[in-house]
Amino acid sequence: MGMTLISAGRRPARAAGRAGASYRRRDKYIRFALPALLVVAAVIVFPWLYTLFMSVQEWQVGSDRVFVGLDNYANLLRDTRFHAAVGRTLAYTVLAVALPVLLGTIAAVFFHRDFPWRGFFRGIFVLPMMATPVAIALVWTMMFHPQLGVLNYLLSLVGLPPSLWVYAPNTVIPALVLVETWQWTPLVMLIVLGGLAAMPTEPLESAVVDGAGPWRVFRDITLPLTLPFIMVAVVLRAIDALKAFDTIFAITQGGPGTASETINIYLYLQAFSFFRIGHASAVVVVFFLLIVALAVGLLLVRQRTKWA
Amino acid sequence: MVGTRDRRHSRRHLLKAGVGATAFGLGGGLARATPAAARRAQADFDWRRYEGESINVLLALSPRSELLVEYQPEFEELTGITVTADVVPEQQQRQKQIIEFTSGNPSFDVTAVSWHVQKGLFGRGGFLLDLREFLDDPEMTAADYDLADFSPAAMAFATQADGRMDTLPYNIDYWILYWNTELFEQAGVEFPETLEETLAAAEALHDPTNGVYGFVARGLKNANVPVWTSFMQGWEAMPIDDQGQLQTTTEAAVAAATIYQELLASYAPPGVSGFNWNECQTTFGQGTAAMWFDGIGFATPLEDPEQSRVVGMVGYGLQPAGPDARHSGTFGDGLGISAGSDKHGLAYFYSQWATNKQNQARVLAAGAGAPARTSAYTDPEALARLTVPQGWVDTLIASGEIGLPSLPQIVPVTEFRDIFGIALTNMITGADPAQELTRATEEFQPILDQSLAS
Repeated sequence: MGMTLISAGRRPARAAGRAGASYRRRDKYIRFALPALLVVAAVIVFPWLYTLFMSVQEWQVGSDRVFVGLDNYANLLRDTRFHAAVGRTLAYTVLAVALPVLLGTIAAVFFHRDFPWRGFFRGIFVLPMMATPVAIALVWTMMFHPQLGVLNYLLSLVGLPPSLWVYAPNTVIPALVLVETWQWTPLVMLIVLGGLAAMPTEPLESAVVDGAGPWRVFRDITLPLTLPFIMVAVVLRAIDALKAFDTIFAITQGGPGTASETINIYLYLQAFSFFRIGHASAVVVVFFLLIVALAVGLLLVRQRTKWA
Repeated sequence: MVGTRDRRHSRRHLLKAGVGATAFGLGGGLARATPAAARRAQADFDWRRYEGESINVLLALSPRSELLVEYQPEFEELTGITVTADVVPEQQQRQKQIIEFTSGNPSFDVTAVSWHVQKGLFGRGGFLLDLREFLDDPEMTAADYDLADFSPAAMAFATQADGRMDTLPYNIDYWILYWNTELFEQAGVEFPETLEETLAAAEALHDPTNGVYGFVARGLKNANVPVWTSFMQGWEAMPIDDQGQLQTTTEAAVAAATIYQELLASYAPPGVSGFNWNECQTTFGQGTAAMWFDGIGFATPLEDPEQSRVVGMVGYGLQPAGPDARHSGTFGDGLGISAGSDKHGLAYFYSQWATNKQNQARVLAAGAGAPARTSAYTDPEALARLTVPQGWVDTLIASGEIGLPSLPQIVPVTEFRDIFGIALTNMITGADPAQELTRATEEFQPILDQSLAS
């Protein structure tokens, strides 16, 4: 009995001691993690909470701030210019993802093969990715000039009529996508090339032994096995294209008219040209939800394409 | 005479002005031209009151700001004040100003203010110091500063509706018609004095098969609005009247918009709806446009052989007249002092120096803009040092006599430019001017009402 009592009394004490030590250890860890947590709270959480707070205020710089509830969101629902910007953003995103992914995958398959000077040509191919977007935009602006730009000259060499590129409402989005494609195809190529390098060689060899041709091997083996990597490229490109701002702003500022006004350009105008901070904050919240929804959707698709 | 071919300043011309060319190479230049009385007055004034202190200045990137930075050591030597000047592109400068003014603790003591964009907003926000007290104080303002030397238009720009003077005038920008004298001569066409004649000249000179377009001006939204509002002045009309009522669907507004549409849709290069001033400058500078309507500050690049193919062929003409009046669309900049700064005195000394006669003459001599002081235009040394044709100065002076603000001085002026700019761009691609102006007016009216109510 006494033993029982003693042992019964000791066990909880030991357990309590272990728990105490664990708490102390955790306490130490928390002390190490705390500065990082504070930084995260300061630079991520606080701005977000403040943006949410501002999105329910009506505040134009130079005026008093007034609480308006969900009015800013209701205004967005009625704002046809915002709706058009959303549609334009989605169209731009689809094109600015599809083209680089298609061309990047083709380039990766090409550069995966062995040929002389392969490393050198790979290096040349990835150069656009390393350039500063605004510098690229300025160069492309000159190239797009309808009368003096080199692109129309190149078209004339092959007998094609000149285009107005970014200077006409109906061609501005494809022309901007061209810049995006030129710059970001190398990134897709690098990601897919990594996938090709990691791909097991046995299925390919078996297929060749079984008599499959190059197209069949690509369609039924190479492509399915590289699909997870392509999906990574799609997710990264989609998020990047949705947020595209610098090149569009530097080349067209959303014009002609509003023909290239994406959500980010619209947001910029509201916040930094019209100084409608409450309205702009509501746009930020909606835009954030849109990006999260798209990213989650794409990640779910990516899960399905993972190797078993 | 405006609208004439320009004479370029030769060495003989320079010597005629009574100033040896060698004098300019010795530095100091314009300081020597300061009258003795003014120099004495300057000597009596205690410029070194704030010796050893420092101020921060925020300027927008322009040839005028570059001049201020270039001559800054002269101010530092005169006052013993250390100046840190930030010169950033205009768009970023405007954002920085707003964000820092709103924070209540701006990092700059003096800043350049673009009147046609910021006057209303800064006036309402009370961001800038009222300078009248300093201007009236002989202990703070040097005797030779001469406020009366500023043009009436500049003083009107620098003064708020309630009488506060919260900027010192620095630069006035008049809109003019640049014309390619060689193309006009070849076609036997005279310089157009009216908008109707401008249309006729554009039609006569338009020859796209040979790479020549009759006319070019801004088509890009927002940037294009001053073209239309300046045309409206020909009907003695403004987009917003003195009572704050929109006048953007009137007969004059529609007529001006129709001329804008005709000129840009029929006689401008394809793609003009995406053109800002830089594309227009390139087009005109390459000799592919017969006329270009824009601000007066482009003589320097147009007369620079490294940037232009029309050197010596550029005529500088007054803004064409409308049926009722002839004006010149006018814009401008001043220097203001942060109300939130604790260095008002030093900041005022800097602003006073930056806008003195000597610095204004330097602006003219460099072709960096149109000085707000009238004395700059008769300063013999500045005229002798001109790097741009005399015709440019003649047009500048003539524009000053008919200058009229082209944009309404309202707080939401950027929204005004955005909404009506989209309407104008749509007109270039075929939309009906009356319908577009009606739609834009309906869209802008609530924004104006809200602004006036707050």
